[in-house]
Amino acid sequence: MSRKISTVGVCGAGGTMGAGIALVAARAGFRTISYDISDETLGRAAKQSEAFLDKSVERGKLKKDERDAIVAAMSRATDIGVLGACDLVIEAVFENLAVKRDLLQRLDTVCAEDVIFASNTSTLSITEIASGSRHPERVVGMHFCLPAQLMRLIEMSPGILTSDETFRTAWEWTKACNQIPVKTQDKPGFILNALLVPFNNDAIRAVEAGVASAEDIDRAIKVGLGYKMGPLELIDLIGLDTQVRLCEAFYPVTLDPRAAAPPLLRRMVAAGLLGRKSGRGFFPYEGNTMFGA
Amino acid sequence: MRYAMIVAGASRSFLDADAFLSKATRAEDADILIYAGAPFAADPGRIAILVELGDESLAEHVGEGGLANVLGFARYRNGDDAPSRLIELVRQPASGDAAIKAAKALFEDAGFQVVLSSDQIGRIINRLVLPKYNTALRFLDEGLASQADMDLTCKLGLGYPDGPIERVIRGGLANHYARTKTLFDTFGTSSYAPPRQAIVAFNRSQGNAGKRR
Repeated sequence: MSRKISTVGVCGAGGTMGAGIALVAARAGFRTISYDISDETLGRAAKQSEAFLDKSVERGKLKKDERDAIVAAMSRATDIGVLGACDLVIEAVFENLAVKRDLLQRLDTVCAEDVIFASNTSTLSITEIASGSRHPERVVGMHFCLPAQLMRLIEMSPGILTSDETFRTAWEWTKACNQIPVKTQDKPGFILNALLVPFNNDAIRAVEAGVASAEDIDRAIKVGLGYKMGPLELIDLIGLDTQVRLCEAFYPVTLDPRAAAPPLLRRMVAAGLLGRKSGRGFFPYEGNTMFGA
Repeated sequence: MRYAMIVAGASRSFLDADAFLSKATRAEDADILIYAGAPFAADPGRIAILVELGDESLAEHVGEGGLANVLGFARYRNGDDAPSRLIELVRQPASGDAAIKAAKALFEDAGFQVVLSSDQIGRIINRLVLPKYNTALRFLDEGLASQADMDLTCKLGLGYPDGPIERVIRGGLANHYARTKTLFDTFGTSSYAPPRQAIVAFNRSQGNAGKRR
């Protein structure tokens, strides 16, 4: 039987997604250990997290003592051995199968036999990631949306060998964090990215085919369908280089032509037009604000 | 800008009670003629002539290349849902800037938002969104997730006002069949192929329920 979850470890917590997940856990009252290989990135993420919490207090969404309790619940570590104290470890490290499998192997050596490992992968197979662990039955997909501290949705996916108990315990934990889990099969991109990545590529192809300008494509989607953001604006936010990486993760697995990176996308990346972060993608940008803070 | 409506049958863009219809003037007084269902007739003396389109291209009305003062348009609707505030204005290579400017001003003054599309089947929205609906319906058949979870995921994760499956069902699966069939016949790409559920709905709408073929 799985142990009661009191302490949560987040691997890759120096990154945007990992830092957000750590906030979700700490905010729900769990002792949270943020792990990464660089203390510098962990420190930077901690400052951003505190800035986010301070903003929440300013906006009246959080009381000062609640903010202090969340900060007190969070600690950080660059020694993976510290994660031995965890009941649940969520990985949000670089989206690479070998990296994630290697991490699971190392976690196997420091964590107890009944710890649950959750992967925040957005594109990789949970079953393949779990094969890096001696206990694939304790590995589950737990895909948060960016920014995790603001978005409540979590895609939960069992791998082929994931036990029912592991899935159920992890599912209940997400609910304890006031998140909203949905169950998907372990398939590339689960629901969200499997629908979004090809759709975004289609929008790029429409620009390339001269169907309409980027502005008009986004306006049509927003006005006609009521979406908050147009696909090209969204790609600019995600990063055009990230969109290429998503395509390279999907296409070889699915062989779906819509998932292949459009030539225009590759040309824009080659030209350094990466979206918001470079100041220009499909649209020009002057500022570069951080998530939620 | 004075405009006249030349209507035959029902317009998909402007339903009977639409205020846009009531503000139209007589054809002889109009700067812009709007054809909705009625056969188009060239008239170089007008600032613009606007031809309401269904799934077809403007070239079917005007010929390839087009005429300087003739544009196509369609007010986007999801199947039988009420028309949106979006007008997709369709241009051909010969379309002139004066006609485009006048058409945009006319619709924007009437409270619509206007986008300009080249004369391609599916224009902007159907070209982009129909493959996504097809994928969602296929995922449902394959058991990726429940309809409720797929729709919820899109609403919570992407901020959509409604999920793809609830939307396509609300608009009518037989309608979806017709839209996707047109795009599939035009482009030949599998992403536009009508999905199983839409084929079933279309066949049933044709009185084929329960018939062996």
